[in-house]
Formats: sequence, C-alpha cells, structure tokens
Amino acid sequence: MIEAPFIVEVRNVKKSFKDVHAVKGVSLSIKRGEFVALLGPNGAGKTTLVEMVEGIQSPDEGEIFISGLQWKNNQHELHQLIGLSLQETRFMDKLTAYETMRLFASFYKLDAHRVDEVFALIGLEDKKKAFVDNLSGGQRQRLALGVALLNKPQILLLDEPTTGLDPNARREIWNILLGLKKSQNTSLILTSHYMEEAEYLCDRIIIMDQGTILAQGTLAEILALGGGHRSLDELFISLTGRHLYE
Amino acid sequence: MNKITNHQLYRLIVAHFAEIIREPAVIFWGVIFPILMAWGLGIAFTQKTGVHAKIAIVRIEQTLDGSKSKLFAGLTENGIKKDSSYLVTLKNEKLGDAQLYYFETSSSNAYRLLKKGKVSVIIEDSNRGSKYSFDPSNQDAKAAYQLAADFEQNGTKTYAKMQDSIVPLTLKGSRYVDFLIPGLLGMGIMMACCWGISYTIIDRRSKKLLRRMVATPMRKTNLLIALITARFFMNLAEAVLLFIFAWIYFDVTIQGSVSALIILFMAGNIAFSGIAILISSRTASSEVGNGMINAIVTPMMVVSGVFFSYHNFPDWAVSVIQFLPLSMIADGFRTIFNEGGTFVDVWREAVILASVGVATFVIGIKTFKWY
Repeated sequence: MIEAPFIVEVRNVKKSFKDVHAVKGVSLSIKRGEFVALLGPNGAGKTTLVEMVEGIQSPDEGEIFISGLQWKNNQHELHQLIGLSLQETRFMDKLTAYETMRLFASFYKLDAHRVDEVFALIGLEDKKKAFVDNLSGGQRQRLALGVALLNKPQILLLDEPTTGLDPNARREIWNILLGLKKSQNTSLILTSHYMEEAEYLCDRIIIMDQGTILAQGTLAEILALGGGHRSLDELFISLTGRHLYE
Repeated sequence: MNKITNHQLYRLIVAHFAEIIREPAVIFWGVIFPILMAWGLGIAFTQKTGVHAKIAIVRIEQTLDGSKSKLFAGLTENGIKKDSSYLVTLKNEKLGDAQLYYFETSSSNAYRLLKKGKVSVIIEDSNRGSKYSFDPSNQDAKAAYQLAADFEQNGTKTYAKMQDSIVPLTLKGSRYVDFLIPGLLGMGIMMACCWGISYTIIDRRSKKLLRRMVATPMRKTNLLIALITARFFMNLAEAVLLFIFAWIYFDVTIQGSVSALIILFMAGNIAFSGIAILISSRTASSEVGNGMINAIVTPMMVVSGVFFSYHNFPDWAVSVIQFLPLSMIADGFRTIFNEGGTFVDVWREAVILASVGVATFVIGIKTFKWY
C-alpha cells in the first residue's frame, strides 16, 4: 500500500449551522510528523473544523481525507488512526483514572498492559486509583490525553488541551507531546488560545477567523506578513481590526 | 487478549454499575426509601381506622315551647358537650369507632368552615327536621352525611349493630399491604429506569462524554445495552430487598409462580428501559429531561393503581389505564403474588411489555443524538 503523502487533507470544506456559516471553504494539508496549531478567537470555526476531521461532524461541502481515507465507509479504520481530546470533556466522576482508561482501552480491544504503558507515558501512575472527581484540572487533561494515546494514533487532534492550566501543568503536556513526535512521528492538530503554545510545539501556525484561514506558516513567516509584527495579536489586529484573544 | 475483562461490553457494564453503587444516595433512594414507603403505607392502612366526620349545625328557628329538635335531643343524650360543640362516638369493634364532631354556629360561618375543609356537611336544623348540605361527589362528605343522618334517626344503635354481619378480611393476599407491595415493585422499575437511564444519558450528553465515546471504535448499542443491564441488576437487588422486608415484616408471600414473576419483572425492565432510551434520545438539557421524565412517570404513578385501585375511574378511563405499562406490571405482579398466578396468566402482559420496550428502544436509537 502506498502511503498517502499527507496524513490529513482538507479540501474546500464548508459547514453551516442554521444561519451561522461556521466554516466557509477551508483547505489545508498536514504532513506526517508535522505539528500544526489552529489559532483564532472564539467562534473562528476551529472546533467545527477539528470535529469534521474527527468524524464527529460531517461537512456540508468539500472533502476530508485522513491517510487517504474518507469518513464515509472507513469509520473503523479511521477510528484506529486518530486520537483526540475534546474541549471540556468530563469523564465519569465515580470511576477511577485506571477504570476510565481500561474502559476506553476496551473500545480498541487493548488490555491492561497498554493501559499501564500509557499511564507511564502521561506520568499519572500515582493517580491510577484516584476518582476522576478528585483529579486536578491538569491531571484530568493528562488523563484525557492518555485516553487519546491508547491506540498509538498517527494523528492527534487536541481541542484546547491546556486551557485553564497553570504554566507547569501546561509544560508537562507539551513535553509529553514533543516526546511522541520524536518517538512515533505522530502528527498533531491543536487548537489553542496561547501563542506560546503554538510557538513552543508547532511547526506551522494557521490563523482562522470567521470560518476562513487568514494566514499560515511558521511563526516567523506569519509575523513577517504585512511588514513585521511583534506578536500574533498585533498581526491579527492589522488583519481584522480586532484582538486575537478576546 | 480475548479475556472477557477486556471486552467493551463487560467494561461498560462494570463502569455503569460502579457509577451507580458508588453514589451513597442511590442506596437510600433505591433501597431504603421504598422500604420506608412500604412500611409507612402498610402500617397506616392495615390498622383499623376510625371515621372522623366534622359537621356544622345551623339552627334555623328556636322553638317557642323550649322543646328540642330530634337531633338536639340525640346530641344531649349521647354527645359530650363542650362550649357549642358536641362529640358523638359510634362504637363498632370491627369497623373501628366513628367520631362525629358537631359545631353549632351561624350560617355564614358554617359556609366559611366548609370552604376551608374544616367541616364537610352543614345541617340546617329545625323542629321539623334537618336539611343536610354537602358535596355529593365528595366521598368523605357522603360518608359523614350517612353517619349523621343515621344518628339523627336511629341514635347510636344501628352503627353498633352492623358489626354482627361484618366479617373482616385478614386473609393473606387480600390485605392492603398485599395490594401495595406488588405495586411498589412495579413503580420501582419505572422510576429506576426512567430516572436512572434517562438521566445518565442526558448527563453524559451534556458533559460531551457521549461525543467522546463515539469517537472511538465503541459499538453504540453496547453503551445502551450496558446501561440497561447495569440498571437491571440494580433493580433486581432493590426488588429483592423490598420483597424480603415485606415478607419478614408483613408476611407477604408469592403465592404463584416465581419464574413467571421473574419473566414479568424482566419484561417490565425491558419496557421502561426502552421508554427511558426514547425519552433521552435527543435532549442535552437536564431541565427538558426533567419535564419529559415527569410527564411520563407522574400520570402513571397516579392512575396506574400503585397505591389504590384504578377501577374507581370511569369505565372508558379504565379501558385505557389497564394497558399502561405500569398498570400491566402492577396487575401482573398482583396476579402472581395474591392469586397464585402462573405464566399462563401473565404471558400477554409480558409479551406486550417486552414489545413496547423493543419498539421504543429501536425508535430511540434511530433518533439518538450522540453529539
């Protein structure tokens, strides 16, 4: 089998909810092992775009290929290829971290051995027996990341994985992700509010606003657009007249 | 790799069961509360209850010669007078004593007392006899009228005499508690399924956990089957504990076939699990869910004859009520508990209930919103 050159290819995708055009014709391609950040204010269409790539929503128009496959007719294969964490998912409060992981592992037909590996990977071994209820915000996000990593995904889709975390907890998650890039050549699409997250983790930054892509490239390339800006926020203001993080 | 403990259905059932039993309130509301209710109602309606009738008397005309009306003659002879009120006690060992309270008052005050529910009958008394005003559709008022009219005509003797011809039923299977326990078992199934399953699903949806789960290779039906299975075992435990209490405390027994009872119990669980899936198939709002669950559960709790027989409703209503799922479960349980019923007597109910469950489950899953 010839591997598709891109792990993710989005071609002219559109999606509307009632009167709101959430995504208005977006195209992008992501290479294997590439880390990409989607940045933009609330309502820019990031989550809708990511959820279409995840197969949770289907586009009104356009096509999405993951490793050359489309969601229609390939659900089973694609579920094995991707790992994801949603914005603000809450697991069952009265299960322990370990039970939660075993539950999700069973969906992938994985056993306790893989669960132990993932706990080591996310550094949450001492919290295996803690109820989800009693985990801190950072520990919950690491658990959510662990659940996303169970099936050794080729592409990770993380929707605001570090929102609301303190700088230490944030850095711990970043380091886990960079480790994966090195060891497994995993690709990543991440939505974020934090410029430093995009800068620290990602090879490429895509700035979205009102359902379209405003700019993309490395951080340096983007900042050079329109004559050199000191920050993404400044660039965003010059493109739209509004702040990026409001 | 193919160990059962790695199977998703097993893991889902274990997870849902753990979630139920780790909530301490579940033990109270699922186990202790039904037992308390059975105990309270069983005691309250098993004791001989006396009748208390409260009656206002309005004297229309004072007699010139000072002689008394028949009613006042009776009250003076048999009643205990206190200020302007009389208490008459009619004795009957088998029925329980009846106590009639008479309040002598003005006409306007009598109607005020009636509106407040402090009296149920007003007597306009004169030497030519008494006129009784009351609401004929109010059973308590009717009973009070009959006692009071009888007392006026015949004094205290008739009520006492009635006991000669009364044979109180204390036969097993014919007491109120024998009627109540099967009804409570049925109601337990309905409540546990509708609140337990529907609420869990709505909560998962609003927490986006459903969305997260279907973004894996999990089979969607497994999630729902696991929820229903975990709930079934919990319902079974609750029912067994309630029955053991009723058996030890009230000597309630299963006179009919236990296997028929188990089959009907399962059919009831299937019916209400299906209904619960349908209720919760779309909404992510617990307020909306609340209203929908109440809309299903409350009418059946009231009309399906859990606490009192629904045969007092008009005939056209009975013909509908008897086919409500809860009515079929409660009636079927009673047939088995109290009339020695077997599978032959309840198979129709079991088939209908199971079909209702399967149909609502299928419709529910077709319209189900996973995200």
